Amino acid sequence: MNPGVLTVYRWELRKLRAQKRTYLGLGAAALVPIIFAVALAARSGQPEDVAFGRYLHDTGLAVPLVLLLFGSVWMFPLITALVAGDIVAAEDRNDTLKGILTRSVERHQVFAGKTLATFTYAIAAIAITGAVALVGGILVSGFNSIVSLSGTTVSANEGLGLVGLSLLFYLVPILAVASIGLLFSTVFRNSAAAIVGTLMFSLLVQLIGILPGLGAVHPYLLSTQFNAWQGFLRSPIDWTPVVRALWVCALYGVPALIAAVLVFLRRDVAGD
Amino acid sequence: MPRVMPQAIPIEVRGLVKRYDDLVAVDEVDLTVEPGDVFGYLGPNGAGKTTSLRMMLGLIRPSAGTVRLFGRDPQLSVKALEGVAGFVEAPSFYPYLSGRENLRLFGALDGGGATARIEESLEIVGLAERAKDRVGGYSHGMRQRLGIASALLREPRLLLLDEPATGLDPGGMRDMRDLIRRLSASGMTVLLSSHLLAEVEELCNRVAIVRSGRVAYQGSLDDLRAQAGEEYVLRTTEDGIARRVAESQAGITALAARAEGGLSFKADGEDAVSMLSLALTESGALIKEMSPRHATLEDLFFSLTEGEGEPGIARPRTGSPARGDDPAARASAEAAR
Repeated sequence: MNPGVLTVYRWELRKLRAQKRTYLGLGAAALVPIIFAVALAARSGQPEDVAFGRYLHDTGLAVPLVLLLFGSVWMFPLITALVAGDIVAAEDRNDTLKGILTRSVERHQVFAGKTLATFTYAIAAIAITGAVALVGGILVSGFNSIVSLSGTTVSANEGLGLVGLSLLFYLVPILAVASIGLLFSTVFRNSAAAIVGTLMFSLLVQLIGILPGLGAVHPYLLSTQFNAWQGFLRSPIDWTPVVRALWVCALYGVPALIAAVLVFLRRDVAGD
Repeated sequence: MPRVMPQAIPIEVRGLVKRYDDLVAVDEVDLTVEPGDVFGYLGPNGAGKTTSLRMMLGLIRPSAGTVRLFGRDPQLSVKALEGVAGFVEAPSFYPYLSGRENLRLFGALDGGGATARIEESLEIVGLAERAKDRVGGYSHGMRQRLGIASALLREPRLLLLDEPATGLDPGGMRDMRDLIRRLSASGMTVLLSSHLLAEVEELCNRVAIVRSGRVAYQGSLDDLRAQAGEEYVLRTTEDGIARRVAESQAGITALAARAEGGLSFKADGEDAVSMLSLALTESGALIKEMSPRHATLEDLFFSLTEGEGEPGIARPRTGSPARGDDPAARASAEAAR
């Protein structure tokens, strides 16, 4: 069988499994909800100013939702960037690009495999946070119905489905961040620069979001799309932010990926 | 996969140029490596050897010119690398994976039956014992050997090696050269870049000598040696008799007494040397030493690569080690230069 994207993908996952940074990222994704649940169990107070914050003691379903809001500031972008910013730059650090590009896979296949592996890691991070937060939340606050953003009560089972859907949709902006991380990793050829660059980009966009007089651009900022899942927690479902998040995130992610591919295809693989 | 014709030329490089801003790293290089060659790409450090090799492997884009490997362009697709393997500069691996795991990765990217050849390749380079250890803990020599093993996974018909003996201790150098000889004997065409004249002399049948990105000489080593006019040193028990015998011997020219004792002469081919040795023995002038002097070839190399004097005019040197010295010691002496 001729090697292709899947071969590269499998080996990129294998390489991720052998690296500490992967466990650092996924470990943080598991640890944060655990700490959150423990803090919740130890204290009776709750954040009132965050959506679903007031229901934290009523139902475990509120825990992953509050974490999604909290994590969008820098935690999830950082966890994503940890691998996205490294996956191409690491080949430059180890000088291994010359090795894999003189085998029987084309450059575009190598890049596609790396992109898939990065996305897989990001999906795993969100899945871990979601699962741990749900289990921890249900242990602390129980598996109870939740009040939607429209004020209607949603049954526990239906609420669970909506939380799953929200976690799934949260991947849309996360994968856009991952794509930007891949671009920086390809262009900078330096892991630290790419990780910091991705995080800075993420924070900068949020900064623009809070600048006065720029309200008109607010719906089109990448940071805003991290809240799009809230559309699922209205009754009926508000599709406006959901649909907008899809195309706005595509506008951030797709050009970044295309630019990264072009740079990767054309670059000279020289010593330094 | 189209079957590549066995008579296809392994490497054909035409007008290859690589410019970096003002610097011309490779300047109008033409190379032809024929099937079965062990081709030496010889030049001092910084002559553009590695840059040329990177272009041959499709790693960097030429500013001008073409490369064909068995008739195919490595800039277009890695398909041109079918049957081709090698490394530029030191081979690199993932330090957090074991030697064997690294080979599994590269073998997977090769496809075909490459992964089935891992153990065999490890045996060939003598790394089977350490294959389970992380590459992060490997010595330079072990990485170099792992690089060869990783190339062998591809069952190459053409092997490109960039300074394979660099950084190895004398024993490692000898092992590396033995390995290259064995691979060549098994039918592989080899392109070997080196800054060590002794290494190229020992292994290669044809050479290209490069200087500042340009090819200063290309052809067989014998032709180069003929151009240099190879000189022999002769010491016998009876130098007076030896001189008279040599004077009357066909194919022996430029006979002269050496200041440090003994005689020097030039020969038209090695047969003339053999005949002389027979005549000397019969005459009673018993041979203590009869060896080709390398200094002339070495001088030619320096004149080609440093631009001192015209090519073909040998600069007399004294104290150069004669052939027959330990090659590894000679090589390290050169490396130290």
